[in-house]
Amino acid sequence: MAALALGAGLIGAATLGAQDAIETLPVKGQVSMVAGAGGNVTVLDGPQGVLLVDAGRQGMSDALLAGVRRITTRPIHFLLNTTGDMDHVGGNLEVGKAGRPAPGSNQAASPNTPIYAHENVLNRMSLGKGGDPMLEIGYWPTVTFFTAKRTLYFNNEPIELIWQKAAHTDGDLLIFFRLSDVVSAGDVLNTTSFPVIDLTHGGSIQGEIDALNRIIDITVPRLNQMDGTRVIPGHGRICNEADVVEYRDMVTIIRDRVKTLADQGKSLEDVVAARPAYEYEPLYGTDKAWTTRQFVEAVYRSLKPAERTSRQ
Amino acid sequence: MTRVITRYIQGGVAVAAAMVLLATPVWAQSDISGEWMTPRAFMGVGALAQQFEDGPDRADGPDVGDYTGLPINDFARKKAEAWTASVLSQPERQGNPHPAQYSIRGGGGPNIRISKVIDPVTQAWVAYQLDGLYNGANRTIWLDGRQHPSEYAEHLWSGFSTGKWDGNVLEVRTTHMKLGVIRRNGVPSSPYGVMTERFVRHGDYLTVITIIDDPIYLEEPFVRDVTFRINPQQNVGPTTSVDPSDELGDKPLGWVPHDPPGTHHPDFAKKFHLPFEATQGGKETQYPEYMKKLAGLIAAERTKK
Repeated sequence: MAALALGAGLIGAATLGAQDAIETLPVKGQVSMVAGAGGNVTVLDGPQGVLLVDAGRQGMSDALLAGVRRITTRPIHFLLNTTGDMDHVGGNLEVGKAGRPAPGSNQAASPNTPIYAHENVLNRMSLGKGGDPMLEIGYWPTVTFFTAKRTLYFNNEPIELIWQKAAHTDGDLLIFFRLSDVVSAGDVLNTTSFPVIDLTHGGSIQGEIDALNRIIDITVPRLNQMDGTRVIPGHGRICNEADVVEYRDMVTIIRDRVKTLADQGKSLEDVVAARPAYEYEPLYGTDKAWTTRQFVEAVYRSLKPAERTSRQ
Repeated sequence: MTRVITRYIQGGVAVAAAMVLLATPVWAQSDISGEWMTPRAFMGVGALAQQFEDGPDRADGPDVGDYTGLPINDFARKKAEAWTASVLSQPERQGNPHPAQYSIRGGGGPNIRISKVIDPVTQAWVAYQLDGLYNGANRTIWLDGRQHPSEYAEHLWSGFSTGKWDGNVLEVRTTHMKLGVIRRNGVPSSPYGVMTERFVRHGDYLTVITIIDDPIYLEEPFVRDVTFRINPQQNVGPTTSVDPSDELGDKPLGWVPHDPPGTHHPDFAKKFHLPFEATQGGKETQYPEYMKKLAGLIAAERTKK
């Protein structure tokens, strides 16, 4: 009994610890952000219910849902995935179970919240594409598409799901909340690291730059690069257009440098040794899961497909 | 009768003493609200005004390659070397304000207005508002004891500032600033810096001492100051909205101009007959002792010639 009580206490402490790590922040309009459960989670809350963008990491769902409940008690009717990475979709199963389809929707027969994603995300989860283990069916998106854009209308909010065909991966979505004036960018934008160009899952440096330019095309500052459209990154702090411009410029400059060296016939090791990301290393190169070297290597291989094929 | 008068006097002294004690926190403060103009404005825009240390920052902007006296590290130096003013032609940068790390020093004026912000219900004094900063990145300095926001909160051109009184000096701590500059020739300041300012009023003059501690781009804290003079006739105008125009011609969307690695900017050194090394900043260049080394560098260059 004492052991049971001790065990329960430990579980309680662990759950409490995870919940302590969760932060909720208002963003703009009907949109909020939950941070600390893996990738950032976007929360659209309105009279019709709740729409979430991404579901955090596996094992963090209780803490994430507690965070969502700090914002709203309304039912969760939609879950959208910006990518197939586990720090964004690891909570699909539990978060999906925590909600239900919107009344009257064509998903109403399902007991769980419908999960929207690009078709390539479903392929990655269901076929184990890119060397990933196959995930059980409860994690899979239930509504997929393969066109450039899909739209939803929920809580008086026109919502655009904009596919970026080869950016961080081949299944990235930008979610644009047109009424609230917020873009949820997924891992196309990370303020804490260089962008993860995931070549094994169809990412590319040019697609990443195109996606950042697409965000800049969507965003409108209120006055002199202040306020205006807000952008929620996959990881890190809330941004506006000025932050995305800095990030886009950084990625473009490094791409240009790597390309110049690659065009001169330099090897990957030569390029890495030249440190083309030098002045950005202390800002973005401290993430041990995605180092400066990994980023530079991904840029190089993305620009030199022959090299990439021969070494993989 | 004499005893009664004495008692009144004693009572009066006690009341006065109590008033002094109670009022000490208020008396110790020196209200900094008002319309303030820069030395450049009150000395006249001309040769004399240009003699001030902040002259180059106020008007045309500092020379490219002038990093003198800045305690920057090599990462910052390389970022500044890759910077080109052409980047300001990007439509999405044409309206950039100056970040808080630079706005008190930077151009576009700034003659500033500092106003008290009063809670309309309780009449409590909750903040100071600074208006007139370049392109409208005006600042609020919260005095009500509130916490700084989360690490996930948005960073602003104005940053997030809280202040407290240290005697008659207002000490202000600012975090959540955007990735910007400490000098507008490309010398960067990171979003992870913390800025401490001390607003010191001496009658009609206000000195603002700024200390920037940036773990990413500085070798040690960077200290500078600027003095303003009160100008009751002044009224800083509204912020102008910059309407970006097409300055790129045939450049594609997403064009990012930059100088390649290995670029140096020696023109500033040549213009002022300084050894190039002395213009490259670093912590030692901000101390008077550096003059000795500078003299040695100059002598060495003369010998070489």
